[in-house]
Amino acid sequence: MSALLHHPGYDDDRLRLLMEKLPCRETQVSTLLALMGEPEQYCYPSIFIYGQRATGKSHVTQTLLRELQLPHAVVSCVECVSVGILFEQVLLTFFGSSSSNSLPRYPSLSDFIRLYRQFCGQVPATQTRYIVLDRAELLRDMDANLLPGFLRLQELVEDNLTVILLSQIVWDKFRPNTGCFEPLLLHFPNYNKAELQEILAQDTHPSYSSELYSSYINILLGVFYSVCRDVRELRHLAALNFPKFCEPLETGEAKEKDAHKLWRNIEPHLKKAMQTVYLREVSSVQWEEQQTDERETADRRGLSAHEHVELPYYSKYLLIAAYLASYNPARTDRRFFLKHHGKIKKTNFLKKHEKTSNHLLGPKPFPLDRLLAIFYSVVDSRVAPTASVFSQISSLVTLQLLSQTSHDDQLDAPKYKCAVSLDFIQAIARTVGFDILRYLYDFL
Amino acid sequence: MTTSSISKGCFVFKPSTKKKKRTSDAEDYFINGSEDCENSKQRFRLCQKLWENMKSETESVQDDLNKKILDSLLEFARKSAYSFMSREEDWASHMRASEIPVAALVLGVNLTDHNMTLQSLSDRLQQSVTPFVVSIQAKEGTAVKYLLQKVLQRLTGVSMDKDEEEASTDLPQKRAHCSLSSLCDWYMTVCKDPSGISPGKKRSSSEMNFSANPPIIIIFKDLEAFSPRVLQAFILICSQYTQQLPLLFIFGIATSPSTIQHMLPHSVTSLLCIKLFHSSSCSKHLATVIEKLVLTPHFPFKPSGKVLQVLVGLFLYHDFSVHNFIKGLQLALLEHFYSQPLSVLCCKKQDAVVRAQQLSHQEVEKIRQLPSFMRFVEEQEPREQVELLTNDERVKEVCQKLLKGLRRYHKNFLPILRCLHVLTSSLPKYPLGKQIRELHVTCLETNVWETEEYESALQLLRILAKDDLLTDLQRCVEILRPGKTKELRDAHKQLQDLTDRFQQLDASTDHSAPDGHVEFRVDDRFSGNGLQKKTDLFQLQKTLLQMKESHRTKKRSPFELLRNETIAYFDSLVKMHLTRPESQPLYEVCYCTSSGTLRHHLNATPRTSIQMALTHPYCYLQNEALRSETGAISSAAPDVCIMYKLHLECGRLINLYDWLEAYSTVVTAAEGDDPDPSEKGKVDEIRHARFIRAVSELEFLGFLKSTKQKTDHVARLTWGGC
Repeated sequence: MSALLHHPGYDDDRLRLLMEKLPCRETQVSTLLALMGEPEQYCYPSIFIYGQRATGKSHVTQTLLRELQLPHAVVSCVECVSVGILFEQVLLTFFGSSSSNSLPRYPSLSDFIRLYRQFCGQVPATQTRYIVLDRAELLRDMDANLLPGFLRLQELVEDNLTVILLSQIVWDKFRPNTGCFEPLLLHFPNYNKAELQEILAQDTHPSYSSELYSSYINILLGVFYSVCRDVRELRHLAALNFPKFCEPLETGEAKEKDAHKLWRNIEPHLKKAMQTVYLREVSSVQWEEQQTDERETADRRGLSAHEHVELPYYSKYLLIAAYLASYNPARTDRRFFLKHHGKIKKTNFLKKHEKTSNHLLGPKPFPLDRLLAIFYSVVDSRVAPTASVFSQISSLVTLQLLSQTSHDDQLDAPKYKCAVSLDFIQAIARTVGFDILRYLYDFL
Repeated sequence: MTTSSISKGCFVFKPSTKKKKRTSDAEDYFINGSEDCENSKQRFRLCQKLWENMKSETESVQDDLNKKILDSLLEFARKSAYSFMSREEDWASHMRASEIPVAALVLGVNLTDHNMTLQSLSDRLQQSVTPFVVSIQAKEGTAVKYLLQKVLQRLTGVSMDKDEEEASTDLPQKRAHCSLSSLCDWYMTVCKDPSGISPGKKRSSSEMNFSANPPIIIIFKDLEAFSPRVLQAFILICSQYTQQLPLLFIFGIATSPSTIQHMLPHSVTSLLCIKLFHSSSCSKHLATVIEKLVLTPHFPFKPSGKVLQVLVGLFLYHDFSVHNFIKGLQLALLEHFYSQPLSVLCCKKQDAVVRAQQLSHQEVEKIRQLPSFMRFVEEQEPREQVELLTNDERVKEVCQKLLKGLRRYHKNFLPILRCLHVLTSSLPKYPLGKQIRELHVTCLETNVWETEEYESALQLLRILAKDDLLTDLQRCVEILRPGKTKELRDAHKQLQDLTDRFQQLDASTDHSAPDGHVEFRVDDRFSGNGLQKKTDLFQLQKTLLQMKESHRTKKRSPFELLRNETIAYFDSLVKMHLTRPESQPLYEVCYCTSSGTLRHHLNATPRTSIQMALTHPYCYLQNEALRSETGAISSAAPDVCIMYKLHLECGRLINLYDWLEAYSTVVTAAEGDDPDPSEKGKVDEIRHARFIRAVSELEFLGFLKSTKQKTDHVARLTWGGC
């Protein structure tokens, strides 16, 4: 342990403090420290850290840099809707506001490098400067030269500078076609159960003993470990359900020692939490309210329980027509919508690939003409082709019940897909008394 | 507009901000084309006034309807703002992931109505919770950048978009990037110094009410239309600032709450704390609006049954939009006042009476020409008839009387309609409709007691159980209680009396019980017989008839007698008061009957119009030469029309050459010169060009398309024809 803690150039006490703040990440921290070397030394130009959500990538990096008081700039790429913001934030943290103001209106990477070098000449780096780019996968969607540029920024600005990229995606998915400087890769593995236990057990509730909380975490992990390893989420769930766990203690029904009793009390509750609040079917606040007020639970259905959508009469038929057009092969329309279609044998009639269930293949695009033709033959009364019927199609698209597959610009013969499920359309069809299964080729 | 440039090119002229002088306002349009200017002006004023009343009524209805849900939303906003301030102390809030509170407001699929609801929501939020409310539409947020820009721009009141022109002037200072961190800075300064809240917006009066950290509320008007990527990114960005900014989102959802889950992955929804709010259903909304605007004697204007059918049909079949319904009603109102000169009398009772006195000779003539008035005249004695047809003063007098009568008729009509609805709305299968608006339309269209449905409803009523009948009766009594006319007071008294007698029956229930018992026995015997025999339809019918017979002859219980009496009384009430409005003299004054015009305006049929224009060009061009008997191809018609008519005779594929020949024949006949035999088979170049142009016009209109199946052929896209 002591060997891990000792790194030349850094204060041992400070390192120990750091390690306490970053439990279960000792190996990663020491690798990182080894890579960084002493503060004055040049470091490797770019480091790529990857790992699943909530495995401590940003936490470790940021705490490390902060605690060791190294000059660093942290930028979350999701915020950088334009590259300008990214450059501005970096310059701002290193050289103050005067530098970021001198950026041109639409800065390019070369503007950034020019400015950086200019200011760097005035304030040369005494220690390695670090740029931490969180959610680096979004860099790929920005300018093409940005990612390769950042990877060898040290070389470009001729300064003691290291770029640390953080991402949930592996490096292979980043590598541009044109090739680039390869960063050093560092993987943060998921926490295992014991580690999670150790981390979560640290936030003890002030009015209860740490053993109790630790046993609570143990029960919690027993339920949730199989579905969720996200520390942040688990912490959240722990906080939400802890009052319920303590309930028997408050009322005096059980003591802190009665582990079995406490377990029996909390376990079904946690299982329910897994189905509701974890999936955000029920929001956290509602979940808490439910705990205090058990009676009200009846009307508290989750988000996905409200599937029912009320639609105008013709919209319903349009949607039904769209569903039929999406899931029936166009060649079968004759059979369903013509009176004297003659007998069509299922086996010989269709091509081989059409024999597989259309519902397994998903909806197919269809042109507007076909939609209207089916619509006019399924709707039971004569409908004038009015503007409102057409506008309903576009409002169905806005509601995302249909989706337009052709480009917006294509005014002539637009194509659509039906974006609703069989259950949904069956519910709709039932309200207008239309037996949709009879019209679906898959269910013949 | 001219430019100083000598080059030919496109120039952009921005519209000048100065308002152009209005050339004509609504009133001019209204008067335009009518012979009697003064009369139309009066009508216009009446119409405006009436509409203002109706509008304020609808607004209050909407406010009432939304009140509950808006209040709970406000409460939610306040609570979340409070929890933002009071956190950081206890253990749980420290532990919990900081989520952004979200109110998911399910508004129904009537997209056009959302604006109203959300606008009033945002107004109320601004009044009582926070000055920082932003509404965002999907089309404004096509990318995260624009979304952020809009949000910041509207919150801070500073234009953040860096347009080319502005940028050159204030480049160095206003270099603030639109990021949430700049919003944070702005928020901090505003919270410290509340006097500087958003320049350019007037909120000085209510500032004191807000708490120290008023939440920032962002309303996503149409969640479905947002691109999921943009929304995800935006939420991710916002979630990083939950510690500094008390953000709150409101999602306006049109379909169902599960869209949130369809649009956002779990990693994003776990950043939100969603609470659901359901707005009232649109059909309920419509019912209230109809109740307040149509089923009320307050407004003299009445839509006829047909008009109501058109409007309700549009609502139910097409858009579910109450807003559109009200607009349709407004159109009906305008149309009525515009097209019916006698609508000057369509106003409050006193005004109408005064106005009737001041009618001009022309207007009196118009009254005489009204069908309903003519009918009325015919019913009078001969001497009176002559008087009415010759003496203007007499007509005015009678007219006043009739107007009062019409008003009385309305006053009686509506409560009785409600009573009938109360009685019939609980019957199985709803013979007279489930909603009062259906019954209302039936009553407007026909004499309701002449319909079969009414018959069957009465039959069902005659076998109604006592408890149901009694509660219905009591409700009817309640409805009739505030009635002011003599007839209503009588009816109220009568019904009260009947109710009392029913209740007295209750007291003496011991007597009626054995009777009921006997009745059951009778029934048993018959049903037993029916089962023993081989049941064929004829036999069954016979048994049923027998049963009916026996019912008729059998001694009835006092309850049954009373029930029959009640129903009979109701029947008489209905027959007296629910006569259809057309039977009332002068009904044309109040009832808007132009349903055809309404349908024409509200439910446009583009394709029918095109076909109309092509088959009957006279209809649009108003050229006498084009007025031709149907079927024949008028050679004077425009080329497209000729071509269209010719193409109707063809099959699916049209041979272009044959078509050209036919076209050429028609056109040559028009020009009058006999086709020169030597030139037969040749087509003049100009005619050829005209032909080609007409073909491409038809293609543009969507009647044709080019095909590769056969050379020199085009395919028809429409079916049918001659």
